[in-house]
Amino acid sequence: MNLFLQQLINGLNVGSIYALIAIGYTMVYGIIKLINFAHGEIMMFGAYFAFIAATSFHLPVWAVLLSSMVIMAIIGVTIEFIAYRPLRNAPRLSALITAIGVSLFLQNLALLIFKPDPKVMPKIFPETIYKLGEIEISSTTLITIGLSIFFMVLLDLYIRKTKQGRAMRAVSEDKDAAILMGINVNRTISLTFAVGSALGALGGVLYSVAYIQVYPTMGVMPGLKAFIAAVLGGIGIIPGAMLGGFIIGMVETMTKAYLSTTWADAIVFGILIVVLLFKPTGILGKNTREKV
Amino acid sequence: MDHNKKKSYLINAIAIVALYLVFFVLIQTKTMNNYFVGIAIMTCIMIIMAMSLNIVAGFLGEMALGHAGFMAIGAYSSASFSIALVDSGLPLPHLVILILAMIVGGIVAGIFGFLIGTPTLRLRGDYLGIVTIGFSEIIRIFFINFGPTGGAAGLKGITRLVNFNNVYWITILVAVLIFTLGRSKQGRAIISIREDEIASEAAGIPTTRYKVLAFSLAAFFAGIGGALYAHYQSFLEPSKFGFMFSIEMFVIVVLGGLGSLTGSIISAIVLTILPEMLRGFSEYRLLVYSLVLIIMMIFRPQGIFGRSEFSLTAFIESLIQRKNVKNSIGGGEAS
Amino acid sequence: MKKKVVSVLSVVMLIASVFAFAGCSSSAKSDVIKLGFIGPMTGDAAIYGSSADAGAKLAVKEINAAGGIDGKNIELIGYDSKADQTEAINAYNRLRDQDGVVAVIGGTLSGETLAMKDIMVKDNMPVLSPTATAVEVTQDAPNIFRACFLDDYQGQAAANFAATTLGAKTAALLIGTGNPYSEGVSAAFKTAFTAKGGTIAGSESYGTADKDFSAQLTKIKEMNPDVVFVPDYVQTVGPILQKAKEMGITAKFIGADGWDGVQVEYADAAQGNYFTNHYAADSPSPTVQNFIKAYQTEYNKVPNSFAALGYDAVYAMVDAIKAAGSTDSADIIKALNATNYAGVTGNLKFDEQGNPKDKEVTIIKIDGGQLKYDSTVVNN
Repeated sequence: MNLFLQQLINGLNVGSIYALIAIGYTMVYGIIKLINFAHGEIMMFGAYFAFIAATSFHLPVWAVLLSSMVIMAIIGVTIEFIAYRPLRNAPRLSALITAIGVSLFLQNLALLIFKPDPKVMPKIFPETIYKLGEIEISSTTLITIGLSIFFMVLLDLYIRKTKQGRAMRAVSEDKDAAILMGINVNRTISLTFAVGSALGALGGVLYSVAYIQVYPTMGVMPGLKAFIAAVLGGIGIIPGAMLGGFIIGMVETMTKAYLSTTWADAIVFGILIVVLLFKPTGILGKNTREKV
Repeated sequence: MDHNKKKSYLINAIAIVALYLVFFVLIQTKTMNNYFVGIAIMTCIMIIMAMSLNIVAGFLGEMALGHAGFMAIGAYSSASFSIALVDSGLPLPHLVILILAMIVGGIVAGIFGFLIGTPTLRLRGDYLGIVTIGFSEIIRIFFINFGPTGGAAGLKGITRLVNFNNVYWITILVAVLIFTLGRSKQGRAIISIREDEIASEAAGIPTTRYKVLAFSLAAFFAGIGGALYAHYQSFLEPSKFGFMFSIEMFVIVVLGGLGSLTGSIISAIVLTILPEMLRGFSEYRLLVYSLVLIIMMIFRPQGIFGRSEFSLTAFIESLIQRKNVKNSIGGGEAS
Repeated sequence: MKKKVVSVLSVVMLIASVFAFAGCSSSAKSDVIKLGFIGPMTGDAAIYGSSADAGAKLAVKEINAAGGIDGKNIELIGYDSKADQTEAINAYNRLRDQDGVVAVIGGTLSGETLAMKDIMVKDNMPVLSPTATAVEVTQDAPNIFRACFLDDYQGQAAANFAATTLGAKTAALLIGTGNPYSEGVSAAFKTAFTAKGGTIAGSESYGTADKDFSAQLTKIKEMNPDVVFVPDYVQTVGPILQKAKEMGITAKFIGADGWDGVQVEYADAAQGNYFTNHYAADSPSPTVQNFIKAYQTEYNKVPNSFAALGYDAVYAMVDAIKAAGSTDSADIIKALNATNYAGVTGNLKFDEQGNPKDKEVTIIKIDGGQLKYDSTVVNN
């Protein structure tokens, strides 16, 4: 039982990071119907900036997180402006290929700038182990889960209560109608990229703190899994991405703990395929018939 | 067959044989050493991979990002088959073993293409892309864990059956087959689905069946490419068939032009030879690839050739015409 | 349309053949003796290839300074294999045909070496791999030798050390599936440890791309073994040790030569643990100390065992070429078989397979961010 609870916490830890990254995928998809393949690389660069902020500038924790999030928000908006905006009315395949191109470009840029060998992320959170009966939780785990949930609640409030949040929902619902209602679509899309990238960067920092390494290809697997999480929850639906993130994290940890470590990734991909085949709209998605 | 067609067939046949003779002489006289022959063989294999991917990505217009998975299936199944065949001690010539192994690899990959394609082709665009990534990752993880084919350590002891002679003619054969497919009734039906699925369904084309057909055929030819790869390398490792390899093949097809087979061929040749020539700049290779990909999508999303094909006959004719025009200008007569 | 495809094919292949013509002029004979090196210098495994390359280059420099081989200078031509089989084969073909090397130091990883093996055997090229540890590398290959001990040899040594010196009764294994090195060493450890009367409390595994080891370590903690055997490379071992420390696992961790370098960035996490290695940097032997001094002057850092093996491999190969008195493949191979060279990583002699005979395994302890010599194990 204790072992199970301990594994549950492990799963929650991974899941909360996946959830943060998944939000970025889902927001971008919701608003411009594009799988932003480069999101995993945004996460990776976020981790690198945090690494630099912590090791070269010795900033305090909050400043490390904030600086990485702000820089990545700006980079996210820039990527949208340079690479995605010219293709907004192009076929979706072209936009998707561009996204893959951006992802490859950022990855190889990081390879060139930072070199392939992993950097060791300093412990930016205070390190203590709390005991709850026989279960042990490290402060890093608690902070990871806590920060993720805090930002998810904040995002939810932002989307539901503020004017910009309403604009985002309006654009993703119907872009042309939103234009008629006087919403600045370009600005709203930029804002979406900014928010999504900032959360992705946060996910990257937390990921690199939890697994202590920063390296150029670190965004690929978590990015793919976070994307699966977004699809699982229903792509375009923010609470769905959170739910999906926690489910994927949990499934992965439990598979490793009780079934097979080597097949864990295959099982995660299997879930994706099954979900897409039987309920492509995801757990929280509504079924809509394709219009002719 | 009209006269023009006959002429162009003749020109192409002559070009193919002439090219082969050029290579033959170069290899026989050792002017072209094993290093270059190795690159030429890899180029032929990549041509087959790019053309087969073009059936799905170009003709059908669907995003398939798991081509390396089918290649892996073809490579592993054909290699297992040829190992068993060689062990059985049947006195077969190498070429026969290679052809049998290729057929096995192609058919097994084709069956998997059919099995995977049937349920997934209901999905569209980006979703299909993701599912194909998922399947090819599962295939890779399977080979990592599957003991009988060597698991992670790789499959060893495959007889090296591929040489430039046979791979050249096999590539020509595959090229002719895929070209014929593009012009056949089935091929045209597949292309009509790309243009407008609903309209082609309304026109009485069983779209699902043709989509699955395209997908299975692409997998079949990828399996053949995999079989050639296995019998050239003589050693297989699952890690080769990762996501990045699929992406590299996709980049080849996109750069050449989705739907243009000649584009795929040229792009495969350039993108296989170029990195070899630029050995010293290998760090920048993927950086440049990705940048070219982005710029291409923004300014020329249809690729170098778009959907059109390069024609040697037309090329020669245009050369002759230019001469004629010059002559006619000299004669003071314009027509 | 068929004609068009085919026509383009022909045009471009013509261009390609021109390119083939252009590059065919270089392999001329001259008064330098060329050695080839193949290993990954970029990508995830870059550290192994580039370290071995650095060691090999240093050896070449020293040999040339001392007069080369009978007055002829040695030139080391190294190509990046990117840990990719196709790249490795191309690189080897290029070394042989374009550069005209007389012998090859490499490949560095087992996978790439196996991929090249067939062609190398067919060419009867003298090959001395510094670091490829998989058993099959030298099997049925009279021309292929290696300077390092094998996976199972090292696993056995680690098990002997754990059972005898540490007095461990139970051991847990943490194995990287998808990594033949990790699987091979673990399997040997398991057999040897059980033979010594120990019990394997359980074995857990992880995939090559895994970064989250918490599920496996939670289970290992529950097993509460005396030692945990984790034979993998630094970049994987580091996070595992870190996580284990965070989780409060008190068992001793034991590893293999892939751990070399763990003291640099994971000193805290690795504190007090052991691994088997090819040499100890703090060994008092003058050969070792001279090598380390030279390496530090050249590269301004402490060599790891891959660098030491690359260094030894070049010296052993050059000795063989000198002994052979010619650059003929058959002569060099014959001389390699008779090698008896006292190197940085111990005394190098080859058995009939081309594997090092009775090589000693050094046990290293990580202490205060330093690698400390602990003991020497010789398997019998």
